[in-house]
Amino acid sequence: MFAEELAVFPSRYGGHLTLSIAAIATGLAVSIPLGIRAAAQPRLAGPALGAASLVQTIPGIALLALMVPLLGGRIGFWPAYCALTLYSVLPILRNTIVGLQGVDAGIREAALGVGMTPGQSLVRVQLPIAAPVIVAGLRTSSVWVVGAATLSTPVGAESLGNYIFQGLQTRNWGAVVFGCLASAGLALVLDQTIRLFERAAEQRSKRLAGFGAAGLALVAAPLLLALPSAGPAPAPAADFSIAAPSLEGRQVTIAAKSFTEQYILADLIAGRLEAAGARVDLRQGLGSTLAFDALASGEIDLYVDYTGTVWATLIEREDVPPRAVMYAETSAWLWDSHGVLAFAPLGFENAYAYAVTQQTAQAKGLSAVGDLAGSGLTLASDPEFFGRPEWVRTRDLYGLADLSVRGMESTFMYEAVASGEVDVITAYTTDGRIDAYGLVLLDEPAGALPPYDAFILMSPRAAQDRALHTALAPLAQAIDSQAMRSANGRVDIDRVSVSQAAGELARRIDADAGDSGAGRGP
Amino acid sequence: MSFDLEAGETLALIGPSGCGKTTVLKLLNRLVEPDAGEVLLSGAPSRGVSAPAWRRRMGYVIQSAGLFPHLTLAENIAVTPGLLGWSPAEIAGQIARLFELIGLPEADFAGRYPAALSGGQAQRIGLARALAGNPEIVLMDEPFSALDAMTKDALIDDVARLRSEIGFAAVIVTHDFAEALRFANRVAVMQAGEIVQIGPAGDLMAAPANKTVAQMLEAPKRTAAAVSEAFEQAR
Repeated sequence: MFAEELAVFPSRYGGHLTLSIAAIATGLAVSIPLGIRAAAQPRLAGPALGAASLVQTIPGIALLALMVPLLGGRIGFWPAYCALTLYSVLPILRNTIVGLQGVDAGIREAALGVGMTPGQSLVRVQLPIAAPVIVAGLRTSSVWVVGAATLSTPVGAESLGNYIFQGLQTRNWGAVVFGCLASAGLALVLDQTIRLFERAAEQRSKRLAGFGAAGLALVAAPLLLALPSAGPAPAPAADFSIAAPSLEGRQVTIAAKSFTEQYILADLIAGRLEAAGARVDLRQGLGSTLAFDALASGEIDLYVDYTGTVWATLIEREDVPPRAVMYAETSAWLWDSHGVLAFAPLGFENAYAYAVTQQTAQAKGLSAVGDLAGSGLTLASDPEFFGRPEWVRTRDLYGLADLSVRGMESTFMYEAVASGEVDVITAYTTDGRIDAYGLVLLDEPAGALPPYDAFILMSPRAAQDRALHTALAPLAQAIDSQAMRSANGRVDIDRVSVSQAAGELARRIDADAGDSGAGRGP
Repeated sequence: MSFDLEAGETLALIGPSGCGKTTVLKLLNRLVEPDAGEVLLSGAPSRGVSAPAWRRRMGYVIQSAGLFPHLTLAENIAVTPGLLGWSPAEIAGQIARLFELIGLPEADFAGRYPAALSGGQAQRIGLARALAGNPEIVLMDEPFSALDAMTKDALIDDVARLRSEIGFAAVIVTHDFAEALRFANRVAVMQAGEIVQIGPAGDLMAAPANKTVAQMLEAPKRTAAAVSEAFEQAR
C-alpha cells in the first residue's frame, strides 16, 4: 500500500534527519554558552529567555516562511535550518539557566574552597549536577524540532512533511498518516536515545550506552535504504536521441506549489527532462509567492504559474484585460522586471468559476453568476480568494454582497458543496471533482473573473538554456482543460498516484502529438 | 583586625550572627578578597598567588558539608590531590589513610554517593576532603551546627584527635562557646566586624574586655552551673 511512499522515504527521511540534527546541534551550541552566561548574570537571563520565548510564540509555519525573505529569497535547507535552530533554543536555554541556578550554593562554595578555578567548578561540578535538567531541555527541544521540521516543505526543504502536505492536497490520507507516523517515530526514538545516553552517563553503565548506540543505529538505519540507488543514476535517455544540445547530467530544479495539478505538472516536466538526461530536483509543496521569489533569484529553474495569479499578486493590477492581452502583458512584465521567461502556455486555464450542484441549479433556477444575487446562499472558497480583486469585482458587479461567505481549504470545498454544507463554491476549472460531483459552472458573461492561463516560467539562467527549451517545447499548447481536469481527477477521485497520473497525461500528449503532427522529428 | 596563628594552633572565632565571622574565614581563603590589608601563609603573602592555588593549601569545611553529589565519596576526597597533580598511587594511598582516620571503612564507603550518608558521616567525609591535600591550615565554618548533640560530640572528639595525629592549624567559626572551649587554644570574640578580645579561654573568662564579652560568657556559665547542679543532685 505504501510502496510509492517507501520509494522516496530515504531522501525525505534523510532531509528531515539532517535538518533536525543540524538545528538541534546548533541550538545546543548556542544555548549552553548563553545559558551559562545568563545563569551567572541574572540581568542577561531575563532578556535572553524573553527573546527565546517570543520566537516560540510565532507559529512554526510562519517562522519558516519568514526566513525566506530574511535570507534574501533563499529556499531549501537554509531557511528551514535557521528557523528550526531558533525554535530549538528556548527549552535548552531555559533548562541550562534553571539547572545551573539550582546547584546548591554550599556545593558551589565547596568547589571553589577545594581549590577549583571557576572554569573547573563549572565543568566538573556545576554542569554535571545541572546535566539532568539540561538534558530534559534537549529532549523537549529535539521533539519540538523533529515535529516542526515537517513544516519545512513549503520553504522548499525536503522532509517527512512532503508526505503530509502532498497528501493533504491530493487527499491521500495514507500518505498523511505515513508522514505523521514517520515523524512521530523519529521524535520518539531520538528522545529515548538521548535519555538512554543520559542514564548511561549517570549510572556509568556500558550496557545502557549500548542501548543508546542501538537507538542511534535505529535512527540512521532508514538512510541505508538509500544506498542501493545512491550510485550513478540510470540514464534513461541513453537510447533517446535529441538533436538539440543535451541536458545529459545537468541538474534542473523544478518547483510545485501545493496542489494536485502542480504536483502532476511538475512530475510531467521532470519526466521530460529526465528523458533528456537531466537530473531533476523536485521542490514540492512550495508556498505560492515563495515559488516565484525562488525562481527570480535562481534558486529554482522553472515552475508552472498562472497569468491571473501573476497579474494580481505580482504586478498588482486590478483591471481584467482579455486572455491574450493578459498573456502578452504578463510575459513582457516578467521579462522586463525580473528576467523571467514565460516559456510557453500549456494550453489550459485554471480559473475560478462559481459552481453549484445540479439540484441547487434546478431548485434555485441558477445558470449564471447574476442569478445568485439576493439568493442568500452560502459561498465557500479558499481564504485567498476573498482577498482578491476578482471577488470584490464579481460581488459588486453581480450583487453578491448578501451571500454568506466561508473560507476553507480548497481540498474540502468540493465535498462541502456536494453534501449541501455550502451552496456555492468557487471551483477551479480544471479540478477533477467538478465532473465527479456533477457540478454546474455558472456563466460569467461580463468577464469579471480574470483568465488564468497556465504557463511555464523559467529563471533568468534557465531562460538562456536552449537544451531546456528544446526538451520542453512539446508541452506548449499540449494540454487542454479537459485533459488537465481528467488527470487531476485521476488523483483526487480515483486515488492513483501523482506519477501515474502524470505518466498517463504524458502518453495522452504524445498520442495527440502523433495524431496531429505526423512526420515531426529531429 | 590583625591576628597570628602558630603552626598546629586552633583559633575559634565566636560572636553573634552577622558579626563577620564567616567573612574573616573567607578572607583567609580568598573567597572574599580584602579591600585593604593582606593575608600571609607561612610568611608568604597571598598577593601574586592565584586564588585557586592558594586554596589548595588550605582545607575548607562548611556547615552543609557541600559534598559533590555526582561523585563517589572516594572521588570527593580525591579532588584536591587531583588538582595538586598527585599521582594516582599517591591519591589512592591518601584516600585509604583518610577513610581510616575518620573511622569509616573504605571498602564499604569508597564507592557510595553522598546522598546515602547520614549528617555525621557526610561531615566526616567533608573533613577528609578538606585534609586530603595535606593542608597547613583547615578553615571550618560552623562544621558541627547542623548535627544532633550525640553526633556532634563524637565528631568534636574525632577532629581533636585528628588534629593531634596529623598536626594542622585550624580556624573554626562557631557561635557555641562550649564548642570553642573544647577545641581551641585561643578564642577570638567578634562584634560588629571587630575582634574585641582574643586570647586563651581562661583569660577571657577571668578578665572579659567589655560588657559584651562578659554577657557572651554568661550564658555558657549558667548552663555549666545548671549542669553541675543536676549532676550534684543525681549523686
